Amino acid sequence: MARFSFFGEGPPEIDLDELKGKLIVLEGTDGVGRSTHVSLLKQWLENNGHAVLDTGMTRSALAGKRLRQAKEGHTLGGITMSLFYTTDFADRLENEMIPALRAGFVVLTDRYIYSLMARSIVRGADPEWIGNVCSFALKPDAVFYLRLNIDDLITRVIQTKGFDYWESGMDLHLGADRYDSFVEYQKRLLAQFDSMVEAYGFEVVDASGSIEEVFDDLKQRIGRVVDPDSASPAGKSKK
Amino acid sequence: MPASMKMYGKHRFPGRLFIVEGIDGSGKSTQLSLLHKWLESEGYVASFSEWNSSPLVRDVTKRGKKKKMLTPMTFSLIHATDFADRTEHDIIPPLKAGAIVLADRYIYTAFARDVVRGVHPDWVRSLYGFAVKPTVAFYFRAPLDVAMKRILGGRDALKYYEAGMDLELSDDVEESFRIFQGRIVEEYDKMVDEFGLVVIDATLSIEEQQAEMRRIVTEALTGAKKTKVRRWLDLASLGKAPQK
Repeated sequence: MARFSFFGEGPPEIDLDELKGKLIVLEGTDGVGRSTHVSLLKQWLENNGHAVLDTGMTRSALAGKRLRQAKEGHTLGGITMSLFYTTDFADRLENEMIPALRAGFVVLTDRYIYSLMARSIVRGADPEWIGNVCSFALKPDAVFYLRLNIDDLITRVIQTKGFDYWESGMDLHLGADRYDSFVEYQKRLLAQFDSMVEAYGFEVVDASGSIEEVFDDLKQRIGRVVDPDSASPAGKSKK
Repeated sequence: MPASMKMYGKHRFPGRLFIVEGIDGSGKSTQLSLLHKWLESEGYVASFSEWNSSPLVRDVTKRGKKKKMLTPMTFSLIHATDFADRTEHDIIPPLKAGAIVLADRYIYTAFARDVVRGVHPDWVRSLYGFAVKPTVAFYFRAPLDVAMKRILGGRDALKYYEAGMDLELSDDVEESFRIFQGRIVEEYDKMVDEFGLVVIDATLSIEEQQAEMRRIVTEALTGAKKTKVRRWLDLASLGKAPQK
């Protein structure tokens, strides 16, 4: 029995029986600290003897560069943007994630189809349509949803990088300025993620604590996924 | 807030959308270009959109093909991205304005090619669910041998993906092309009833095919918007072009 399955019909010519590794997803809105935690977790897992592949949106060899350029031009239509992201995702799924899983790696991905679906739906896409489009993806072993409420999210974004054009959903004309637009856009994204918690079995991780607190929480949870047989979290027995 | 996405068959625009399908060498592009010239001479505004031509993804597709980076899945998705960009920029706006849009290849090309490459037929059909349903979809049905002769006589080298070489059907490019195109024809034939494609016999003379096309298009043009372009051109030819 294969450990992995697809949500729907998978890409042709993939033998699920060959896939051995673990597929772990970090999800959440912009600014919750996903990428920070992916790099911390990667180092921690590697220290404990796991080979790790980390990947994330717009990093595909095929489409990543052009997708990032296109975003600078601000000319992407909603459906086009959804499909361009899906192309980027498919390239990474087939050429990075699946080969790594075949080789027994822990795949740690910063966002997955859930972000892709949430952004598309907020931009007016038919939820059933984008769900079908993304159904060729592998079901992950676990999805950790880093969650911050809107007020904490705003505070954090102000303290760090400021309001980015796309992260503020400026293409949607939701508010008078970047601040208004950011608040409205991220609220809508949050609502989408929240609605996926049950349907997709997300583990909700409170991201309001310090980096160390959130990291400790994630280590506990991820330890249970990568070393399900050991009573203690991944690190302790091997250190 | 963007308009909510409409699905196939649900769009309601005043314009008309005519598309042509068929394998390479079926003569569909020649027929579409003759139709385009005729429509303009009749005073209609017609714009043209071609498969795989969006500037947004052109480099990605080109590089992906050249370096043989594409899987059936990414091949399918990158063409869908191209199609989405053209739908949002080149197809829906003119249709909203009441113009005529002509498309050389449409979603049925993807349904045929991607399915032959092993992508699930239901998945690729839902992928293109955002497409505008054509007013008339012409399918130029040509026997494989006829199409092969036109293609192989016309240019020197078949390209890797065009010949379906990624499917490893044969080491010989021409043989691979023949098998690949044969399977595509089977997929097209299955779609005639599914999507109500209007079949044109591509073995008829160019003139006969064009007459048939114009007859069908004329019926579909009742109430379509004509423009004053023609009158301006007439004035221009008399040296009385209107002021801008």
